[in-house]
Amino acid sequence: MIWNEKFECMDREDLKNIQAERLQEIVAYMEKNSSFYRKKFSQAGITSKDIKSIEDISKLPLTVKEDLRDNYPFGLFCLPLKDVAEIHVSSGTTGNPTVVGYAKEDIELWSEVMARTLCCAGAMPGDMLQNAYGYGLFTGGLGLHYGALKMGMTILPCSSGQTKRQLKLMQDFKPRVLSCTPSYSLYMVDEAREMGIDPRQSSWQIGVFGAEPWSDSMRSEIEGIWNMLATDIYGLSEIIGPGVAQECQYKCGLHIYSDVFYPEVLDRQTGEPVVDGQEGELVFTTLTKKAIPLLRYKTRDIVSIDHSPCKCGRTSPRISKVRGRTDDMIIIRGINVFPSQIEHILLKIEETEPHYQLVVDRKSGKLDDLEIRVEVAEKFFSDEIKKLRYIEEKIKKEIESILGVFVKVTLVEPRSIARSEGKAKRVIDKRQV
Amino acid sequence: MKITQISVFLENKKGRLYEVSELLGVNKINIMALTIAEERNFGVLRVIVDKPGKALEVLKQGGFIATLTDIVAVEVGDYPGGLATILKVFSEHDINVEYMYGFVEKFSEKALLVFRFDDTDKALDFLKNNSIKVVGTQDLENL
Repeated sequence: MIWNEKFECMDREDLKNIQAERLQEIVAYMEKNSSFYRKKFSQAGITSKDIKSIEDISKLPLTVKEDLRDNYPFGLFCLPLKDVAEIHVSSGTTGNPTVVGYAKEDIELWSEVMARTLCCAGAMPGDMLQNAYGYGLFTGGLGLHYGALKMGMTILPCSSGQTKRQLKLMQDFKPRVLSCTPSYSLYMVDEAREMGIDPRQSSWQIGVFGAEPWSDSMRSEIEGIWNMLATDIYGLSEIIGPGVAQECQYKCGLHIYSDVFYPEVLDRQTGEPVVDGQEGELVFTTLTKKAIPLLRYKTRDIVSIDHSPCKCGRTSPRISKVRGRTDDMIIIRGINVFPSQIEHILLKIEETEPHYQLVVDRKSGKLDDLEIRVEVAEKFFSDEIKKLRYIEEKIKKEIESILGVFVKVTLVEPRSIARSEGKAKRVIDKRQV
Repeated sequence: MKITQISVFLENKKGRLYEVSELLGVNKINIMALTIAEERNFGVLRVIVDKPGKALEVLKQGGFIATLTDIVAVEVGDYPGGLATILKVFSEHDINVEYMYGFVEKFSEKALLVFRFDDTDKALDFLKNNSIKVVGTQDLENL
């Protein structure tokens, strides 16, 4: 089922006209309500009157993550705080977290794109959704929730964790749709078998999996084990949260709701748009958001784009799975981690040298592992194991409390982590994604 | 009388222990006692050698992280219950042992054990006051 045929299957030319109209409106709205963008427009010597077609978007300034952080907490909001209905926060690199706000209309938009998303994955009104994304400041849980509510699903707001209970509810209530990170779906396999559940007999027929990178081979594994359709969902809190793009049953790219989130894929060197099929950085403009609209926001995700119509009938362009990042961010169990965050923490711990390496691994059926290998400072080396263990524990606690993700800390010999002349190789990602 | 132990940080990787022993060997440093404490990802090698100063120097030059620790070598009766006898005395007088291990060689008919106390000076005073024989660096060199 297609939730919003009018927009999702719209004729390309009509769509372009709507996009142009909306772009003009949003730029005019920003001129009026955003001191941040007003400044950017005047620097670029551009006004809303210069926007006549959607192609004119290339005249507009780009926005980067630092802009959000530098204007922490509410500097990029276009509405007074009293008109903001909801705020979400993601962890920061070295200081300020990223804050996003939603007006009531934005929550309505979020519900709309998430309803499209769930339908795109194959869910139907009346189906039960077991939502195992975390509820809270993270956008995953509530995003799925709003969409399912709008669409008319029965929601089981499990949030993440408590695997045994998740599995019991699956058995007793028989939800048809599951939403969680792909690695969590595999993590649940062992627990299910322990409980005497045959995964192939599970009630789940459709999975909406995202918030971390995953491969087609992982998809085959999930589909084989659980006997379900595993689909990929894409989103980021700066744009709306989950609900920016979603795979349909044909699994040939993720449909973008380009009537509201206008995508560009730009060459990493030249900044010019790449042709279909070629990789570049994904950049989004929110065409209708009210609380925190963003122009040409650089996602740092590397994808390719395909504008050809899909077998499912949707005309919206499709992006490939995320093939990499323009920065060194890694995603562990749905949480974004920047090596610079770890470095910042280590610098404050005197027992270690700020020489470190992050090793990410995903063993089959297990959640992602983040190991932090760090050199022990010579003057703090002790013949007593308990003192060394104390250093490990101290680092582990500091990092876990700031990142909110479990880590493994390994002390290594001084000078054993390679010093490279340019950028240090900080991350070793062994995950097969 | 304290003697000097060298502790070496060992990452849990192949050949690392061999490299330490090789380094000491080519520098004509003799190992007289040793033990390894192991953790999940690393270990600490503790050794008593005939030339601790030189050993520390060559290990550091060899890229190892190493440190010197004062420990006490005590002769203990080499018969069943010999160790228990002395540990009972320590325990009764609140002398805490962090770890201990044995020498490879013997000086007399008694066994020679190495103790790392939480308070080395307090332990030494106690040993002296109770006339328990402590082996010093000089004794080791004469071995």
